[in-house]
Amino acid sequence: MSQALEITNLNVSIGERQILKNFTLSVPKGEVHAIMGPNGTGKSTLAKALAGHEDYAITSGSALLDGQEIIGQEPDAIARAGLFMAFQYPSEIPGVTIANFIRAALAARQPKGAPFDAKAYYAELYAKMDALKMDRKFTARSVNEGFSGGEKKRCEILQMMMLKPSYAVLDETDSGLDIDALRIVADGVNKMRGPDVGILVITHYQRLLDYIVPDKVHIMYDGRIVHSGDKTLALEMEKKGYDWVKEKYGVAGA
Amino acid sequence: MSNATIPSSPIASDEAFSAALRPWAPQGAFADLRKSGWERFRSLPMPRRLDEKWRFANTAEVTLDGFNLAAEPSAAARSRIAEKSHLVDDASARLVFADGHLVHATGISAELAAQGVIFEPLAEAVKRRPALLEKYLLKSGTNLGGDKFLALHQAYCESGYVLYVPEGVVIEKPFVIYNWSVAPDAAFFPHALVVAEANAKVSVVDFFMSDTATAQALAVSASDIHAAHGAGVFRKVVQNWNETVHSHQIDCTHAGSDAEVTTVAVNLGGKRARFESAVRIHGKAAKVNLYGLTVADNRQEFDQRTFQEHNAPGAFSDLLYKNALLDGARTIFSGMIRVAPDAQQTDAYQTNRNLLLSGDAEANSLPGLEIEANDVKCSHGATTAQLDESELFYFLARGIHRETAKELLVFGFFEEIIEKVDNDELAAVLRDFVHAKFRRRAAASA
Repeated sequence: MSQALEITNLNVSIGERQILKNFTLSVPKGEVHAIMGPNGTGKSTLAKALAGHEDYAITSGSALLDGQEIIGQEPDAIARAGLFMAFQYPSEIPGVTIANFIRAALAARQPKGAPFDAKAYYAELYAKMDALKMDRKFTARSVNEGFSGGEKKRCEILQMMMLKPSYAVLDETDSGLDIDALRIVADGVNKMRGPDVGILVITHYQRLLDYIVPDKVHIMYDGRIVHSGDKTLALEMEKKGYDWVKEKYGVAGA
Repeated sequence: MSNATIPSSPIASDEAFSAALRPWAPQGAFADLRKSGWERFRSLPMPRRLDEKWRFANTAEVTLDGFNLAAEPSAAARSRIAEKSHLVDDASARLVFADGHLVHATGISAELAAQGVIFEPLAEAVKRRPALLEKYLLKSGTNLGGDKFLALHQAYCESGYVLYVPEGVVIEKPFVIYNWSVAPDAAFFPHALVVAEANAKVSVVDFFMSDTATAQALAVSASDIHAAHGAGVFRKVVQNWNETVHSHQIDCTHAGSDAEVTTVAVNLGGKRARFESAVRIHGKAAKVNLYGLTVADNRQEFDQRTFQEHNAPGAFSDLLYKNALLDGARTIFSGMIRVAPDAQQTDAYQTNRNLLLSGDAEANSLPGLEIEANDVKCSHGATTAQLDESELFYFLARGIHRETAKELLVFGFFEEIIEKVDNDELAAVLRDFVHAKFRRRAAASA
């Protein structure tokens, strides 16, 4: 069984419109891959579809998490199976504190009625918040409510660090961040890196990849990966822009 | 005052009323007040389906039949009830009533007494403070439709308490009053009279609770809240009757100039719970906040009617009532803001938010404005919605089970109100009550 997030021939539609077209990609555990691509090419659809969002109709294809099929599973089951999605636009949840939210997410991964070590939990939570330069007072604040863009993204990374997924998809985590926040977020992701996790970074800009250096870079266009390379591809894209991609691969779709 | 000798005739009968009044004959003015209440009760009709002030209410279920004044509870029941009445213990004083009978009193400190603070059962105050009662007790109604029930309350009014805080006295810890329903078919009529003189500050917590899950009862409670110039009154009312109780709550609040009045009403229990709250602002620059939280399930009906009356300029009032509805439950919110011609620079707001957690539940909203001044800021709004799908997805994407996610979202919806009680002990109690209501449901559906 391969230790990877293995996506094969995934076809996804929203309503009548097909967005992902035989999308195929493998992210081995222990690696960081980046997907770059112009707007409207299906990057966020990929993230949402993998997470099991019901608005995205998966018409065919497969996505294996260490050999376990996640297509067709409920979103909560997919998350518990080990996939984490960092949202581009995280929801605001009034009345539910960050501490209680993450605690509920951890509890969902425990057997029913398992004891909860509050002291150890807060020690870990505070340590990770310190690493992300988040004020500890945030634990008592409602999830994302009234947060700045940077605070929301840090809150996403905090959740990822607490839940320790085996695979993480970061959907445009860099959007709306100033350079300081970007560094902090990237630093958090880099701390997560290691042999036990595979990370897929979705981004429009090369900027984030200055801080999170990927093992592989994929160019996505018109619902599929059209070109792959090593980290130098990101720099190349920054110089050349996306026009050549559209010219080369966009004949049918443009 | 014991009712042990009163035969159990129906409360709407002359026999029952005469027997109840007999021991109070020496208190002439008070007896007269009650007699006039009885006469008014007799003259008024029961609410009917087409009454505008009972619009949407299931009036066929509004009844006084089958309820009697309850005998004094047994010694065992008294001590059991007193023992259970420890929900908010960091308090200035505590009174406990069962079926309208006083079963426990922890009085105020000598220090507060020396400052002139009065906190007594109403039955005692009737004898000791006739002038105070003459001035404040049952001097106004709500004009919201519950006149017949307020009249009945007046006729039988002898349970409850009087809290008087003299000018400039600031009391940190709340006064906590428990009203329990115990015996089956008991009728009782608790009263809350709170007077805060100029620049005084006080908070109270009123609990309405049931000893058992099944004993039916009729509770017709009323309050008179008076906040004088610059006074602060913070009242929290926790209604957690069992789901067979017929409940009527009628609150009359008066705010003077620069007074600050906040009420938080938490409504969980009762078969039918009618709640009327009229706030009248008489002095300039008063500030009034009215918060409500209701969890309605099964076939419960919560019928809420409110009135924010601005009679003076430059005052502020804000109402936020949040209701969550499950099963085949119903809620009615009918609110009115009235701004008198002289009440310029009024800021008045009214919001009713309903969270529909079942396709069979029914939330009715009737927000209203009547503005006769031309320089005001007023708004009203009502929303009825289901749980937000994108919020729900956010929980699921973290691995949280759908049922838990829904529960957390619903509790989050309440949290905005629970936080307003500004008392950690009470907030914890409220969370427990709300959670217990959901757990009971989970157990019932398992």
